[in-house]
Amino acid sequence: MIRSIFAPLMVLLIAIGVHGLVGRYDDGYWINQLTIIGIAIILAVSLNIVNGFTGQFSIGHAGFLSLGGYLAGSLLYYGSVMFFQTRPEPGFFSFTQPFDRMDPTIVWWGIGDLFFLCVCLSAGLFAAVAGLIVGLPSLRLRGDYLAIVTVGFGEIVRILIESSQRQVPLSRLNRADGWDLVTGWGSAMGFNYIPKFGSLFWVYLFVGITILTAIRLKYSTHGRAYLSIREDEIAAEAMGVRSTRYKIQAFVISAFFAGIAGALTASSQGTINATELAFMKSLEIVVIVVLGGMGSVSGAVLAAVVLTYLPELLQAETFARYRLILYALVLIFVMILRPRGLMGTREVWDVFRRRRGVQG
Amino acid sequence: MSELLLQLQDLHVHYGVIHALQGINMNIERGTIVTLIGGNGAGKSTTLRAVSGLLRPTHGSILFEGQPIHQLAAHRIVRRGIAHAPEGRGIFPNLSVEENLMLGAYARNDREGIRSDRTKSLALFPRLAERLRQRAGTLSGGEQQMLAIARALMARPRLLLLDEPSLGLAPQIVQVIFRIIRQINAEGVTILLVEQNAHMALSIADQAYVIQTGKVIKHGPARELLTDKDIQKAYLGG
Repeated sequence: MIRSIFAPLMVLLIAIGVHGLVGRYDDGYWINQLTIIGIAIILAVSLNIVNGFTGQFSIGHAGFLSLGGYLAGSLLYYGSVMFFQTRPEPGFFSFTQPFDRMDPTIVWWGIGDLFFLCVCLSAGLFAAVAGLIVGLPSLRLRGDYLAIVTVGFGEIVRILIESSQRQVPLSRLNRADGWDLVTGWGSAMGFNYIPKFGSLFWVYLFVGITILTAIRLKYSTHGRAYLSIREDEIAAEAMGVRSTRYKIQAFVISAFFAGIAGALTASSQGTINATELAFMKSLEIVVIVVLGGMGSVSGAVLAAVVLTYLPELLQAETFARYRLILYALVLIFVMILRPRGLMGTREVWDVFRRRRGVQG
Repeated sequence: MSELLLQLQDLHVHYGVIHALQGINMNIERGTIVTLIGGNGAGKSTTLRAVSGLLRPTHGSILFEGQPIHQLAAHRIVRRGIAHAPEGRGIFPNLSVEENLMLGAYARNDREGIRSDRTKSLALFPRLAERLRQRAGTLSGGEQQMLAIARALMARPRLLLLDEPSLGLAPQIVQVIFRIIRQINAEGVTILLVEQNAHMALSIADQAYVIQTGKVIKHGPARELLTDKDIQKAYLGG
């Protein structure tokens, strides 16, 4: 009993800790950086469930990210007015301002927090349903063929969103009908003025949940079935693993977390734009997964941190001009020195356990 | 005559337009070792794959313990008690030996039974017990074959399908593997063995079927086939 609630409790404490500590002393730079890094971790770890665990090659993760982001954006923007007549009150957990500038009367758990949690889950479910719809016909394909389908999916999502109607301004919201709201996803201008609920607490809560899910999955009977598909699909079938079903399952779980990452992106930046979440964004996530090591959860986390923060680090004046070259060089060198990624298929803790095993 | 465990009746399998199995008939009795011998591309592995559900026959039927199984998906056939150690071993190279074994028991839920079968399999292959944590891809060829058989046993099969267990192994290791196959059979597991090494296979089998271009051309007690003039000429090297 204690063991089963220990890890979720740790996740909750870490999320509150990061939110409280960084929020307390920072003027916004680190809040921003840590948010971007956290979202990258969610994306990389979730894509790793498909690309790393089951060994399928999906390059359409940004599509799920967009779907989740836009659904969350429109629910937060239109929904807050419809449900609360005003912007819902954020509580402690959703407050993105530094503490010293925070309203002292603020409640610990505002009605907005609950609303935001529901929005995140809906964004995840929405993306997961999309994952199921894409996965059902396409996961019978293998390798390159599946990759092409997922690229197509990402592009379709982008183009659909870009051809949607303009966003309905809040001032005209009472005159708009339901259809305007459903189709009003902001066209190519992006979806703006999204209430900023995406605080460090929520980002790191979902980072924790994503990592925990991935690790639990990897070391369960169920997750071993995913890994066996990556290793040898025919042998896996011979063991009684239903490969198509598991591939679809992995795809749906992965899409769910990408949808949540979308919700966090939209609500932390206050804006989301499908044009920026095109093929290149999907590729960026694939690069993180490959660099971290296919199937390694800790590798994906490590690579997400490094590759998200590296461009920022290289912004320093002396490097600024060579930023993109240096970024590319890092990628090339890592792939030469560690062709199976930073961690290979192993985890950080496997490395330590191995050492111990050799001594003992 | 004892009870029939597996019956293939007029089994046909196509790979697209290629007619790989052209009406195979076989009867396998419980508790025996039956071997399929024949040249490359004769349809030996195809027969095994049809039995374990990896291929769907286009015509004919497969009865296991009297029940038709040729329409079932592979995962249901494993649950019925047929385990397949595929050709080329099909181990999971990046997973540990332990994980490979546990995947063999994938279709089962009985923790206690799995644990006792794990102990039994490891007793059969002590080399694997020393290498539980090791990545399966780093094992030697012989050890990988042992792992493939041990993994298949983890499903606690009543029928074990072995596809070329001697492939690419040193003669000494082949001796060990065949001794263990006999040992597994002695514990009551019926074995359907596909082999290129016809001499070895015929020497441990009870019954044998000779397959050529998708048809059974001869069958009978293994001992008789071992001394059969035509078989000697074609498969035993004179």
